[in-house]
Amino acid sequence: MAEAQERIVRLDEADMEFSEAIAKAGGEKINLCFQCGTCSASCPVARFNENYNPRLILRAAALGLTKRVLPSEVIWLCVACYSCTERCPRGVRPTEVICAIRNLAVKKGYVHPFFQMQAATIINFGRAFKEEERVDFNVIRGDMNLPPIGPIKLEEMVKFLRFTNVKELLSVEKREGAR
Amino acid sequence: MKYVYFPGCVIPQRENAYELSARRVAEKFGIQLIDLEDLNCCGFFLEPIDRLSAVAFAARNISLAEENGCDLLTLCPACFGHLTRVRTELLREHGLRKDVNRALGEINKKFEGSSQITHIAKVLLKEVGVEKIRETVIKPLKKIRVAPHYGCHIVKPSDEIQFDSPERPRLLDSLIKATGAECIDYLEKRLCCGAPVMGVDKNLALRILMKKLDSIRKVGVDVIVTVCPFCHTHFDVNQLRIEEEYQIPVLHYTQLLGLAQGFNPDELGLWENRVPADNILSVL
Repeated sequence: MAEAQERIVRLDEADMEFSEAIAKAGGEKINLCFQCGTCSASCPVARFNENYNPRLILRAAALGLTKRVLPSEVIWLCVACYSCTERCPRGVRPTEVICAIRNLAVKKGYVHPFFQMQAATIINFGRAFKEEERVDFNVIRGDMNLPPIGPIKLEEMVKFLRFTNVKELLSVEKREGAR
Repeated sequence: MKYVYFPGCVIPQRENAYELSARRVAEKFGIQLIDLEDLNCCGFFLEPIDRLSAVAFAARNISLAEENGCDLLTLCPACFGHLTRVRTELLREHGLRKDVNRALGEINKKFEGSSQITHIAKVLLKEVGVEKIRETVIKPLKKIRVAPHYGCHIVKPSDEIQFDSPERPRLLDSLIKATGAECIDYLEKRLCCGAPVMGVDKNLALRILMKKLDSIRKVGVDVIVTVCPFCHTHFDVNQLRIEEEYQIPVLHYTQLLGLAQGFNPDELGLWENRVPADNILSVL
């Protein structure tokens, strides 16, 4: 019974503007999906993890079931290999739709801790490594006669990131609100 | 042939041997690399968080290449793919270009679209050419059986990358054959290596890797060859984290080519490879 309840889709819970928001965030073609399942059949993650099904993610998203989609852990499993995008007969580009869904999840404060950590390093240091790591590997590079990786102009990155507002997106207070 | 070299984040952290061997090979063909101090992350890892930031990060790098009047050369297909896709998007979407150029304007930079993005495999194939590569081979790697691993982003999404067939890629095959080695097909050739999901679900990433390694072992090869530093780490380092013992050496393509060109293993950083490649070094 409980399982049956879970399968019922209640349209009064649906956010009718969700697919519009996904389209604006880079998943323009979401509404072209006719649920053939080519994405899931081509997906390396779905092949090895039965809980991951891109066709279902796209369906739930198109129906506007934000409460199922945004807090869901599975949206962070996509490896962005573009196999589905390559084969989709409707040109939906599921990789980009799922990426757009992730962007919207982040806006609501849902972000996988691994992605959060990685993004925080990039935003704070301009690259996916910290300053002390740079100093360490430059020693190895020196031994190999490779040119050192220089320091980044952090003041430029700060100015530049103010424009995209990404720091605010990842702020800790905001994330805690969602938990 | 002169390029601004884009090191990315993975190579300086973990795969410096790829860069070392790529520089040796590049020099052989007179490819000149300009090293800039100040390139940032390509932006690929920011894409799941915020698309505009991911685009802006890429655009800053491209603008630095444009200031130098050169195309941008990558060794990492993820950087290559992201920078290529962003460049295409910026040329196509005027609104996005305006937004990004406003952000770049804050730091006196501008995206114009004059520099192209390329990858070492693409340069070797399209600019140097297989014939020229063959001419530089002084120690043909005869009877060495090689399994190619392409990596997803060097071919997909093919409408934007426009490099090779996504279903039947063959360009790395021809690069491998140019060294005199045998290029061996295997069932899971086009499967992703699983590396991108390592930070989210380690076991899943290793299950995918095992599928690849099983399929490669079945056809019997001496070495796996990659053109992606991220895939390379997964094959080379994480192979040792699986209980099953494979012991299949993994070489960067530029290391394989370098050996055929007569460089010694040290000149190509082979000591950095975690699974020792003694099996092929002993027959050279």
